[in-house]
Amino acid sequence: MLINRVSMPELEPEIRVNYQDREVNSGLTREMAMQEAIRCMDCANPTCIEGCPVSINIPKFIKNIERGEIQQAASVLKETSALPAVCGRVCPQEKQCEAQCFYVQKLNKPAVAIGHLERFAADYERENGEMSVPETAESNGIKVATVGSGPAALSFAGDMIKKGYDVTVFEALHEIGGVLKYGIPEFRLPNNIVDKELENLQKMGVHFETNFIVGRTASFDDLKEQGFQAFFIGSGAGLPRFMNIPGENYNGILSSNEYLTRVNLMGAQYDETDTPVLHGKRVAVVGGGNTAMDSVRTALRLGAEKAMIVYRRSEEEMPARIEEIKHAKEEGVEFHNLCNPLEYYGDEKGRVSGMKLIRMELGEPDASGRRRPVPMEGSEFEMDVDLVIVAVGVSPNPLVPSSLKELNVTKWGTIVVDENNMQSSIPEMFAGGDIVRGGATVILAMGDGRLAAEKMDHFLQEKYTVN
Amino acid sequence: MNKVVKKEFFSEKVVRLVVEAPLIARARKAGNFVILRVGEKGERIPLTIASADAEKGTIDLVAQVVGVSTSKLAELEPGDYITDLVGPLGKPTHIEKVGTILAAGGGVGVAPLLPIVEAFKKAGNRVITVLAARSKDLIILEDQMRQWSDELIVMTDDGSHGRQGLVTAGMEEILQREKVDECIVIGPAIMMKFAALLTEKYKVPTQASLNSIMVDGTGMCGACRVSVGGKTRFTCVDGPEFDAHHIDFDEMLMRLGGYREEEREALERYHLQHKLVEK
Ligand SMILES: Cc1cc2nc3c(=O)[nH]c(=O)nc-3n(C[C@H](O)[C@H](O)[C@H](O)COP(=O)(O)OP(=O)(O)OC[C@H]3O[C@@H](n4cnc5c(N)ncnc54)[C@H](O)[C@@H]3O)c2cc1C
Ligand SMILES: Cc1cc2nc3c(=O)[nH]c(=O)nc-3n(C[C@H](O)[C@H](O)[C@H](O)COP(=O)(O)OP(=O)(O)OC[C@H]3O[C@@H](n4cnc5c(N)ncnc54)[C@H](O)[C@@H]3O)c2cc1C
Ligand code: SF4
Ligand code: SF4
Ligand code: FES
Repeated sequence: MLINRVSMPELEPEIRVNYQDREVNSGLTREMAMQEAIRCMDCANPTCIEGCPVSINIPKFIKNIERGEIQQAASVLKETSALPAVCGRVCPQEKQCEAQCFYVQKLNKPAVAIGHLERFAADYERENGEMSVPETAESNGIKVATVGSGPAALSFAGDMIKKGYDVTVFEALHEIGGVLKYGIPEFRLPNNIVDKELENLQKMGVHFETNFIVGRTASFDDLKEQGFQAFFIGSGAGLPRFMNIPGENYNGILSSNEYLTRVNLMGAQYDETDTPVLHGKRVAVVGGGNTAMDSVRTALRLGAEKAMIVYRRSEEEMPARIEEIKHAKEEGVEFHNLCNPLEYYGDEKGRVSGMKLIRMELGEPDASGRRRPVPMEGSEFEMDVDLVIVAVGVSPNPLVPSSLKELNVTKWGTIVVDENNMQSSIPEMFAGGDIVRGGATVILAMGDGRLAAEKMDHFLQEKYTVN
Repeated sequence: MNKVVKKEFFSEKVVRLVVEAPLIARARKAGNFVILRVGEKGERIPLTIASADAEKGTIDLVAQVVGVSTSKLAELEPGDYITDLVGPLGKPTHIEKVGTILAAGGGVGVAPLLPIVEAFKKAGNRVITVLAARSKDLIILEDQMRQWSDELIVMTDDGSHGRQGLVTAGMEEILQREKVDECIVIGPAIMMKFAALLTEKYKVPTQASLNSIMVDGTGMCGACRVSVGGKTRFTCVDGPEFDAHHIDFDEMLMRLGGYREEEREALERYHLQHKLVEK
């Protein structure tokens, strides 16, 4: 029997562009999920698992769905992933698990829809079942803390609380979740899904402290004095990069972090909130990653007449998830690929009014393996814009390294860890996620958190049995 | 949630709040600021820590009411809570014994200047302070400043208190009279611009504390960026104090107006709501 890969039901583009907070993908029905699950051949050598950074037992959870045992499927996911409802939505599956699926590798057919199924099982459990609160070991009274509350820190916290530690999550912002809250928009990842997972952690006994900057509000030494024995640093890659070209500091030119934070964290698009946001008519977003897609689609939802991506390579090299690019196109985003900004122009009030660009062509592959974009001389042209979002990457957040002089960091400012145990140059400090990898992914951050939890547990147990 | 324990008005538009924040009170240094939010729909705004009492676990904030967020803050009463408060942020002022310090504060900039003047004095410097405002009722913290200054000059635009003239007139008098080793200015951007031009003429190293527009205050958004010596810097993590002779004040003035339309509309909505409630 030949079954085609299931396609995800979606909100119509004409409707969804009016709502910042309505999810585009509406989720598989139970029938669709069970049908898709049949496609998985429960391979003897499931290569898909190798493609998943946290090695989820993919065929096991999918076969549970096939049998209609959705709750069981969700439990399988929870064995390895702290936030399956999140990963099912935001993982770049086509580059990870699904890329290694037998269908793609050997049959040249579309992969089993692993991500969609993962999301289905997690959503089903949340909506229908009792969200099982995982069992926790008896308290061992040992205090540990995380710096930050993004996916790396949350998965670390979840694992450590299960092992019986007393865990506190410290977050600088007024909300828990890191990029999941302030970065990724609700049309892709609704906040209530993240909140539900947080509730779960809270029920298990994790303490959350918002408005607390470790290294500032209290130093690591202060926290040690209060009894914290070890730390997991998951402070993310928060520092936005700019291009340092003329005119870049005009009003109306902002980082994607600023734009998305105003909207996602502060709700600036609503009248009843006090935070302002600029509503552009002609919006250019510079970059080709998820952040760029999230920004350009947000601009559309905030009323842009023209929302444009300006990217210096071609679509093939775009780091964004394929689904985001597809959704952006359906919604009417214009793609100006193989173009790069050179300069911005402003009006008499200092608000951006236009930009000068140059066309690019692809040359030899560079260090990243992607073909290097080279400017084509004499191809400059201009475009009218009234809002520009710069989404050309982020650097590691310097707050922690600057308050810990003994910590080993690379020249890019990422924290150096032993990748076998995520331990930094300071033995009681472990680290993971974007502060170690630079900009990476949710699932890699979560994988780091899990590994760090396992190894920190060994480290502390050893210390306590010796003493 | 941080409790307001005391509140007083220095003038109709300038309010002082004493707020419970034990950790910040202990950790803060002169020049640090906090970011706070009033209400669940509130905006994150930066305010300098004017002073702190580590034993009582409180910090003092002095705010000038200019828009919606500062209006909401000024309406809080003792016993009310500030929804979110985070800090201490920014690099502290570099305090050292250098000799003679000229400290100039304009308007509500006098509040953040107070802990700096105090720290320089305690470090053994001779401190000359110039306070300036449009008129008498806008001069704040005069007595507290006097306590930590070897000499204090008050300037008002209209001459209703102290001497008549701009802050720069008071500063120039000192610069002509004696050797000043370092200068620090805090106030409206336009005042800092002209103060910086003046001290450049006299070749006196000068720090200015910038009040850029901010969101997170942790280096995450770049809203607070300024050009210093041709390089883009983030006020919240690289500042708020920079070498005044290298700051691009014109760009900074322009950037401060970045959300003016949106803020004006918000303020109108806010006043309208208040009228409706009062009726
Ligand atoms: C707009 C956008 C879209 C994205 N889309 C995707 C996607 O579709 N799929 C995907 O896999 N990945 C995506 N990513 C990347 C992914 O979100 C990140 O790789 C991931 O969130 C990194 O997690 P983290 O735990 O390392 O840190 P973060 O999520 O960055 O969280 C770090 C947290 O630490 C806090 N912090 C920093 N310093 C301190 C301190 N000293 N004290 C206390 N708290 C501190 C910060 O405030 C922040 O909340 C996206 C990123 C962005 C910005
Ligand atoms: C590091 C730092 C320390 C500060 N310390 C103090 C302080 O101790 N006391 C104090 O009264 N103010 C201080 N400010 C300024 C204060 O943050 C702003 O006045 C406040 O954010 C305005 O909010 P609002 O909603 O009331 O007004 P808005 O409606 O946001 O703005 C009203 C008007 O003020 C202007 N404005 C907006 N943001 C700022 C800003 N950050 N600085 C100057 N003008 C602005 C706008 O252009 C507009 O014209 C500080 C700013 C910074 C960056
Ligand atoms: S976590 Fe991500 S990579 Fe792993 S199976 Fe799920 S969707 Fe695939
Ligand atoms: S490789 Fe594909 S078909 Fe095989 S077990 Fe994994 S998901 Fe199923
Ligand atoms: S306020 Fe966001 S980077 Fe400074």
